[in-house]
Amino acid sequence: MDFNKMLLTLITFLPLAGGGLILMTPRERVGTIRWISVATTGIVFALTCWLWWIFNPAAIASGTAYSGYDVKTLTDVPWIGAYHIHYRLGVDGLSVLLIVMTGFLSFLATFVAFPIKKYVKGFFALYMLLVTGMMGVFVALDFFLFYVFWEVMLLPMYFLIGIWGGPRKEYAAIKFFLYTLLGSVLILLVMLAYYFKMQSFEGGKYAEYAFNIPQLVYLQPFHVPDGPTLFQHLMFWGLFIGFAIKVPIFPFHTWLPDAHVEAPTAISVILAGVLLKMGGYGILRLNYPLLPEVGATASVMWFLAILGVVNIIYGAFCALGQTDFKRLVAYSSVSHMGYVLLGVAVLKEEAVNGAIFQMFAHGISSAMMFTLVGVLYERAHHREIARFGGIGTQMPVYFGLAVVGFFASLGLPMMVGFIGEALVFLGSFKYNWLLTCVATSGMMLTAGYILWTMQRVYLGKGKEEHAHFPDCNRWELISLVPMAVAAIVFGVLPVLALNIYQTSTGVFLNLFKNLI
Amino acid sequence: MILVLSILIFLLPLAGFIVMALQHPRLPRHGDWLATGLLGAGLVISLVIFRAALHSPSPLLANLTFPWLPTGHGGGLLGGLMVDRLTADMLVVVTLVSFLVHLFSIKYMEGDVRYGRYYCGLQVFSVSMLGLVLANNLLFLYICWELVGLSSYLLIGHWYEKKSASDAAIKAFITTRLGDVGMFIGIMICYLKVGSLQYADLFAAVKTGTLSGGWQTAAGLGIFLGAMGKSAQFPLHVWLPDAMEGPTPVSALIHAATMVAAGVYLVGRVLPIFDAPTLLFIAYIGAFTAIFAATIALVQDDIKKVLAYSTVSQLGYMILAGGVGGYSAGLFHLTTHAFFKACLFLGSGAVIWAMHHEQSMSKYGGLWRKMPKTAFFYLLATLALCGVYPFSGFWSKDAILADALVFNWAHPGHWFLPVAGFATAFMTAFYMFRQYFLTFTGRPRDHHAYEHAREAPWPMLLPLVVLGTLALVGGGLKGEWFAEMNPRLSGIEQVRLFAQAGYTSPIVEEALKATPPEAAATTPAAAHAGAEAAHAEDAAHEEDAAHEAHAAHAAHLLAMKLSSVLGLLGIALGALMYLQRGNGATVINPAWIATPFKQVYTILWHKYYLDELYMAAVILPTRWLGRFTAVFDRVVIDSVVNFFGFFGRLGAFVVDLADRLFVDDWFVNGSARAARLAGDKLSYAQTGRVRQYLVFMVLGIVVISALLVFIF
Repeated sequence: MDFNKMLLTLITFLPLAGGGLILMTPRERVGTIRWISVATTGIVFALTCWLWWIFNPAAIASGTAYSGYDVKTLTDVPWIGAYHIHYRLGVDGLSVLLIVMTGFLSFLATFVAFPIKKYVKGFFALYMLLVTGMMGVFVALDFFLFYVFWEVMLLPMYFLIGIWGGPRKEYAAIKFFLYTLLGSVLILLVMLAYYFKMQSFEGGKYAEYAFNIPQLVYLQPFHVPDGPTLFQHLMFWGLFIGFAIKVPIFPFHTWLPDAHVEAPTAISVILAGVLLKMGGYGILRLNYPLLPEVGATASVMWFLAILGVVNIIYGAFCALGQTDFKRLVAYSSVSHMGYVLLGVAVLKEEAVNGAIFQMFAHGISSAMMFTLVGVLYERAHHREIARFGGIGTQMPVYFGLAVVGFFASLGLPMMVGFIGEALVFLGSFKYNWLLTCVATSGMMLTAGYILWTMQRVYLGKGKEEHAHFPDCNRWELISLVPMAVAAIVFGVLPVLALNIYQTSTGVFLNLFKNLI
Repeated sequence: MILVLSILIFLLPLAGFIVMALQHPRLPRHGDWLATGLLGAGLVISLVIFRAALHSPSPLLANLTFPWLPTGHGGGLLGGLMVDRLTADMLVVVTLVSFLVHLFSIKYMEGDVRYGRYYCGLQVFSVSMLGLVLANNLLFLYICWELVGLSSYLLIGHWYEKKSASDAAIKAFITTRLGDVGMFIGIMICYLKVGSLQYADLFAAVKTGTLSGGWQTAAGLGIFLGAMGKSAQFPLHVWLPDAMEGPTPVSALIHAATMVAAGVYLVGRVLPIFDAPTLLFIAYIGAFTAIFAATIALVQDDIKKVLAYSTVSQLGYMILAGGVGGYSAGLFHLTTHAFFKACLFLGSGAVIWAMHHEQSMSKYGGLWRKMPKTAFFYLLATLALCGVYPFSGFWSKDAILADALVFNWAHPGHWFLPVAGFATAFMTAFYMFRQYFLTFTGRPRDHHAYEHAREAPWPMLLPLVVLGTLALVGGGLKGEWFAEMNPRLSGIEQVRLFAQAGYTSPIVEEALKATPPEAAATTPAAAHAGAEAAHAEDAAHEEDAAHEAHAAHAAHLLAMKLSSVLGLLGIALGALMYLQRGNGATVINPAWIATPFKQVYTILWHKYYLDELYMAAVILPTRWLGRFTAVFDRVVIDSVVNFFGFFGRLGAFVVDLADRLFVDDWFVNGSARAARLAGDKLSYAQTGRVRQYLVFMVLGIVVISALLVFIF
């Protein structure tokens, strides 16, 4: 059996196997359970790096359905044959980037989860299931399979927030679950529409491709010569809302602060680092490619670009007004993901590259910020910004890492945040200079809330009540230092990430070549 | 060779930073000598590069370009560095001042709580500043531009236990970032129109008209906004005086000599991008800033605040020079200013150190008796700043004023530019000698502090000696070097040649030569700066060139005379008001002037209330808007979500009620009840008597038969 063919399956289901192992471990052996999780996610991360290493997007000729995808790892086995549902896994540059990021973050987040004392076994078992769900979303090339993984990921998340969360955990968990489910239903409807369409499309010639994402994109079954129909619009907006809830895009974002505030730190890291990217991924993998005519409609481009700018500015203002540290970081996510929407909506090469980079960058910087908040919460057991102050003098190593994390999020050059922002702006400026100039005010506001927060939390005289706070321990360093290194390395050498997915961006934009 | 050296000069402090950031608690003395040594090595290298630049036949000594940020297939933004004469000069300025500040800090910062971190900050600043001057494209410039902003933030906020320090750090970062956003917009315009951010490509695009018209103006204004932020030009100057919250050596390095001069460097570097309206805007901003900041400096009491406003004012001069096209004069002044202002800041640092961190000049007095060496070199720098012959500041200031005059002669409407320049020269001399007399002469005002004051130790004194000496000879010394290359030149020509040959960048020069004639006509001084070579080729213009050279000569003479007279008048007035006679009184009591002009004095004392205005008009509204948005998000947006949740639960409640009332209670239980009732009632029929059953049976048969008969 070819190892490379198994690679994606391994990456996806190894965590599940680890979860099974955890379930078989006695509940009291907390240490063993933790190390099983570390080992499993570590192996998965290594496999994702291997995937990165062997990834070659150029193997399939352009102009075919699978162009941009990696041929070595493509897996396609019938699953529910009667309905043309396949177990079809494959990656292009976009997915590889996000898979590596997911591997990286899920590995580090296990260390972040070390302080958890309650039902450790259950926590890590669910966590492993969560990793499988996330990886599955990024590797699935079958619409049905994608949907399955999308839902699989929801369930452990619900329990992870609902059981291990803070005081309002039930409210937050249910809100998260139902909100995302609402989106899933819309996605499901579109999926069904494609299934039925494929039964009759060209006399049912392509019925076997009913759930084949690359083929659906390639065949464009709903394409009509004279522009997008109302039905296409409906499907576009159905998918968009489904994914927008996940991103999250204003005004569907309010589940995010609640979920973040209540979730345990490790889960916040995953939530911000990976789950939000699934929305962006869905938009780039399904929403736009399936319905390019709608995406390229002038009014839609305008609307979504403006919505992106609204996200950037609105999120930043909200962050400015927060009193809870974690809520603030959550709103900064809303603001940062606005760049992703803006970058995609304008359909310019720089901007789409920037949007993808921004997803990656935000994965690192927001994960780091949530970890930083968590470290503080571990010690203070509250998150009120006003009650902190002077932490910098009392926890110098932690402070140094915080400076890296916060400035990466601020978009300081030579750190990850800058590249995404800069590329998105360079592209969107080509689309409309005025809108982009308005959006650049986000750069000011971001600097404003980040620096103001740092001042209130870290600077100032050390307070008596924080005097006993120990500096970062070993496990916190193990999770924070790689994030800091990644935040700098990819800021200095953005080409490391860009080279992976540039081809995919080209394939993506080819769909719109004749439409704009 | 030069390329390797220039990379090395950049890598040395970078390596130092990385080592120190990770290991400084374990290094001997937290690595202060290591950092100082690295910068010392950097200084030696930059002197080698500078020497090579002097003797090099080709103006472009090194150029390295590599792809850095891919933007799409095939395309991408390049990174790279280059060394030309302008860079070589800036390298010397940066490494020299940085090295001396490192050295000075060893004593000044001794025993500081975050001594190692402080040196890390200095290292990261040096790296970014060197990167800034080495960059050969706008993107790398912008990157380093932001990074010097970061190091400035970290170093201003070095004593972040003080709220005022962290406030000042934030203010500096945000205010300069406002400029940076403008600069980024400029960069986006360049990218949109040209597709590259290499200086050479941009200048070529201006030449060919790819970047022209409104876009060119907008790009120029945007980029200049960046310069306004960093170089503290009105109205973005407010951060610089507050930045004095940082340690004094930092003020000398970042907020006097190098980083704040980056804006001037930028204007010089990308001058060909600016079109005539932009240049005029630049000139007016510079001139206004010069005079505006000088008026504030007249009344300040804090020794560093005076120097800070003086810096703002002098930066205004340099920007003015760029605006009227005399960018070489501006860069000349940048260099001499770096020498004497760094000397002044370090000198003030020595004074503050001696006076136990007292910064109020009203507590000083008579310090020359306690620290004569400091006082002597401080005097040299002060004289240089006042533009007294033959100090370096005299030559560079004269060059700027002459350019402003030439511009005014060509465009008589713009009289404000030279007038502001000369008025500033007068005020500068006055407030600097006010400061000097208050600090070093007269009777001590705070006897306790005075008694404990002592001369600075050698690591602090040596930088003063070096910089003070350079303040004296800085202009002439280099002039001599150039004269060696062409011994026939002397006097004014020397200075002009110095300015042209030493401070011009070949690619700027090339681009300027190619400026379309109408643009050249609107910026005569720009033409004048690079004129001769271009005109010599063109015989028809020879007469004009001669005329222009004549005008320039006349302007220089007038500028020298006028600025000398005004400078001496300023010094004299300072002496009359602040130099105490034997009885401790001055000839003119400052209160005689301050009292009748109380309102003017108050406005100046409060710096025209700009901080208050920004607080009320920008900062508070932004915060309120943040608060409002946060509440709006929770109360309005989230309420809609919760309403749906509530709606769902209400629906569930109603359905549940209906389910229980109608379906369950009426239908299901109802039928059960009915069955039970029927059973209850019918049970009475169960009597057990056979006769009765027979009667029922017969009756039943009858009824059924009847039904059958009648219905069918």
